[in-house]
Amino acid sequence: MNEQTNGGEVAIRIRGLVNAFGDAVIHDHIDLDVYRGEVLGVVGGSGAGKSVLLRSIVGLNRPRSGSIQVFGQETAEADSEDFKGLQLRWGVLFQGGALFSSQTVAQNIEVPMRRWTHMSQELMDGLAAMKLSLVGLPPETAQKYPSELSGGMTKRAGLARAIALDPELLFLDEPTSGLDPISAAHFDELVRNLQQSLGLTVFLVTHDLDTLRAITDRIAVLVDKKIKVGTIETLSRDPNPWIHEYFCGVRGHAALAEHG
Amino acid sequence: MRNLTPHITIAAPATVRLEKDARSSRLVLGGEWIVAEAARMNQALRALKFAGLTEIAIDGSAITMLDSAGAWLILRAKYALEAAHVRVTGPDLPERYRTLYERLVQEALAPPVTHPPRYGVEQFLERIGRATIHILHQSYDIVGFLGRVSVETWEAITSPRRELPFPAFIQQIEETGLTALPIVGMLAFLLGIVLAYQGADQLKRFNAQIYTIDFLGVGFLREIGGLVTAIIVAGRSGSAFTAQIGTMRVNEETDAMQTIGLNVAEILVLPRVLGLMVALPLLTFFADVVGIIGGMVMTYFDLGYTIPAFMRELESAITLKTLLVGLVKAPVFAFVIALVGCFEGLRVERNAASVGRLTTRSVVESIFLIIALDAVFSILFSVLGI
Repeated sequence: MNEQTNGGEVAIRIRGLVNAFGDAVIHDHIDLDVYRGEVLGVVGGSGAGKSVLLRSIVGLNRPRSGSIQVFGQETAEADSEDFKGLQLRWGVLFQGGALFSSQTVAQNIEVPMRRWTHMSQELMDGLAAMKLSLVGLPPETAQKYPSELSGGMTKRAGLARAIALDPELLFLDEPTSGLDPISAAHFDELVRNLQQSLGLTVFLVTHDLDTLRAITDRIAVLVDKKIKVGTIETLSRDPNPWIHEYFCGVRGHAALAEHG
Repeated sequence: MRNLTPHITIAAPATVRLEKDARSSRLVLGGEWIVAEAARMNQALRALKFAGLTEIAIDGSAITMLDSAGAWLILRAKYALEAAHVRVTGPDLPERYRTLYERLVQEALAPPVTHPPRYGVEQFLERIGRATIHILHQSYDIVGFLGRVSVETWEAITSPRRELPFPAFIQQIEETGLTALPIVGMLAFLLGIVLAYQGADQLKRFNAQIYTIDFLGVGFLREIGGLVTAIIVAGRSGSAFTAQIGTMRVNEETDAMQTIGLNVAEILVLPRVLGLMVALPLLTFFADVVGIIGGMVMTYFDLGYTIPAFMRELESAITLKTLLVGLVKAPVFAFVIALVGCFEGLRVERNAASVGRLTTRSVVESIFLIIALDAVFSILFSVLGI
């Protein structure tokens, strides 16, 4: 998979990205390519800037310098007309789901459809039901409000909204955090399944080694303000102590052994 | 592959065509069956006349791009035909889209989502009913809370078992009292001017403008000063109480307190209730003084009374009792504001939206209760002949 994706088209191209809050530098000139059709896992310690990286790519955080291109389009110019065209080609699942609390799950899923297409209500209702069943939520969830959902259901509903327009690029911010291992494994399976059937490129921020094992093609590690990309095999031989500890520590071994 | 330019450019619009001949019929699909074309294709599929068919083949081999919306439309058309007892073969799809299609087939076809009903007469009546029951429950709960806080307050004052959270108490006096001085002073001063001006205008017609000072003194000390201060504080501190405690609820801080064995009512509610009961009478007194000064400034410029003349007239108009009648209400108002503010704060659920909702409700309820109580006081004082 690695060889194939390396030769493939680049979906996200990051060059010389610098992010800093005041004097605290988060990213120090990092470069990263995400290829079409791959699942890239992004890991790093707490505060290493995983979410900041994601937010920079989708234009929620303006980097201090550097360039980020998504499908060849610069995202730093977040107000340009071209940038708006990007928004319907990606979907974002935020860490807490970020469902609109005043709307039902069905209405949440229909928000992107309403924003970007001219579909009739009846057609949107049908497609929303399809998205719900794709993410494995029972039909009666449609009428519920976000406050009535459990953590796992919220994540699934958020995923349904993220894929409402069949985006090419899916951003997932810690999709399995706060889920029990069984729900987390099901969620991983769901993401992999959707990625394959919908042909998605997935940018996945996670802490979960099982998730990394199960669904990622490549892994980017944010450490010491820089980024290192590889597979679990290559990264576990990395001399950096943090990376070594991460992949070869007690938890790392357990995850590796399990998936063998 | 999709076009890499960031605009949605549809290279080959989706097409659908029904070919009928003597023996068989074919539904020929082509172009890009993607979400951007879904609305158009939905109409096109609905417009096709399938009547009289017994057998049909769906040919999607000319489809150049397919996403889940397109696949769903094709699948829906197929199921609709099958439901009408037409034998359907296919669809033939390009190899790369088989997985997507198979995935949707597995999910079967969920019925369209339904939305909760919008407003009708029935829903309107239902809401009135719900609201009525809610108000009754709410009243019952707040009486319970009143009892609990009263007991706790009484015990805290008479027999302090534990150390009172004294720093919190002082901090509340500062937050609700000291920092409210500028806004309360400003409004009281302006109200003094307004009252004196209106009074002078009317009383001039009877050549009795000297009584402007009596009107101002009695009106401000007995009613206006206390009422306006209480309303400002309800908007300023009552809402703050609800928001502070509510945020702690969202953050599970109150739950943490309970598991540690701390008394939430004692730690969060008592300092606020007691602090405000000290701060509000002081604020009211301050508002009374500033309001009178406002009136004095007004009478000086409009009616030409000097300060000593104003003071003489004021002294003959009001007694200590006038002031006390106004001030005695302040601790009661303070108790109500703090009680409602804390009560609503503790009712916040674990979502951010409920903080905002209950904060609004807390302010509305406490202002309502203040004015209602003020009316009760007026009746009480008149019956008692004060």
